[in-house]
Amino acid sequence: MHRKMIDVWVGLFVLLGLAALLFLALKAGNMSTLSFGKTYAITGKFDNIGGLKPQAPVKSAGVVVGRVGNIRFDDKQFQAVVTLEMDAGYKFPKDSSLQILTAGLLGEQYIGISPGGDTVNLAAGDRISRTSSATVLEDLINQFIYSKAADGKDASK
Amino acid sequence: MIGNPLAAIGRVVLDTLSSIGFATRSFFGLLQVSPGAMRRPSLISEQIHFIGNHSLVIIIVSGLFVGMVLGLQGYITLTPYGAEQKLGQVVALALVRELGPVVTALLFAGRAGTSLTAQIGLMKAGEQLSAMEMMAINPIQRVLAPRFWAGVIAMPVLGTIFSAVGVLGGYLVGVQLIGVDEGAFWSQMQANVDVRADVLNGVLKSFVFGIAVTFTALFQGYHADPTPEDVSRATTRTVVIASLMVWGLDFVMTALMFNK
Repeated sequence: MHRKMIDVWVGLFVLLGLAALLFLALKAGNMSTLSFGKTYAITGKFDNIGGLKPQAPVKSAGVVVGRVGNIRFDDKQFQAVVTLEMDAGYKFPKDSSLQILTAGLLGEQYIGISPGGDTVNLAAGDRISRTSSATVLEDLINQFIYSKAADGKDASK
Repeated sequence: MIGNPLAAIGRVVLDTLSSIGFATRSFFGLLQVSPGAMRRPSLISEQIHFIGNHSLVIIIVSGLFVGMVLGLQGYITLTPYGAEQKLGQVVALALVRELGPVVTALLFAGRAGTSLTAQIGLMKAGEQLSAMEMMAINPIQRVLAPRFWAGVIAMPVLGTIFSAVGVLGGYLVGVQLIGVDEGAFWSQMQANVDVRADVLNGVLKSFVFGIAVTFTALFQGYHADPTPEDVSRATTRTVVIASLMVWGLDFVMTALMFNK
């Protein structure tokens, strides 16, 4: 009898641990957002991906429609090749374009996909050629300084 | 040989090396007899009850308060940047990656490790272990191995419970008491805590700490001199050595796991 009770308590203890793990995985972690659904892979080439990381979301109109798979460097064209794993439930026209965007001022970078007008949809293995790169803060500041300097020259004349 | 500092240094180095070597040999000896101990799972479950269930209260209370303090301090730090929505992420990552495994291991060393050392030390002092050997029972297999595996199993369970209760504590203070937006609290947490990289690595850390702390406790108890003084000293050594091992291992594992 005593023996049985101890087993019950130990079972309860381990069960509590499993419940805690489940809580951490589902409520605190990203288990519920991990999609195990079917995906199709498309690729895009970018001149500069900024701080984009694998597993970053691909969004259209703010809705997550896929995830970034892997990121490689093409040493023939000196461009970054990004594989996107798109949710099989969402279809996009073949002439859709990709942009690297930033969530908030200092937030994570993600890919925005803007649908085009083609009647044929993207299929697995397709490559999107219309892409725009990440905005690099230094370039932005440089542009600003140059335009300011040019303004100053005009004013002094 | 007083006044020969070179000899003194040599002795310290040799003593340290031989004790490390001895501990390593004992560790593998323990692993070697483990399959035999596995054949009697009832012994292990009895020890899990003794080590795990009895530590549950202190783990839950500590986890709750650590989470609540994190919620409070995190809020104070994040508010000047208008980033209090990030509170959930701060609380969960700190707990799952570091505080959960480490604080649990330290509490575990204090709560369960000391009692293991004292128990084994007293068994040895009362010559119970020698009596077992006389009956051709291997005390390492019969006494040490079930306690070791019980500790190794109980530690990740306790660490996970600590983290989960801590997250709830952070939620209680952050959302219910201070009034951070509930949806943002959970969604920021979910967006930034990765199951594999954060949660499972935290469990892995607990597992390694479980091996280190339990083995230290058993080793110190088993090799204590059978006197009341040395058993008490061995209990102190368990806490000191186990805590230092936890800090050292934690640094190494953090460097390996979260180096991105």
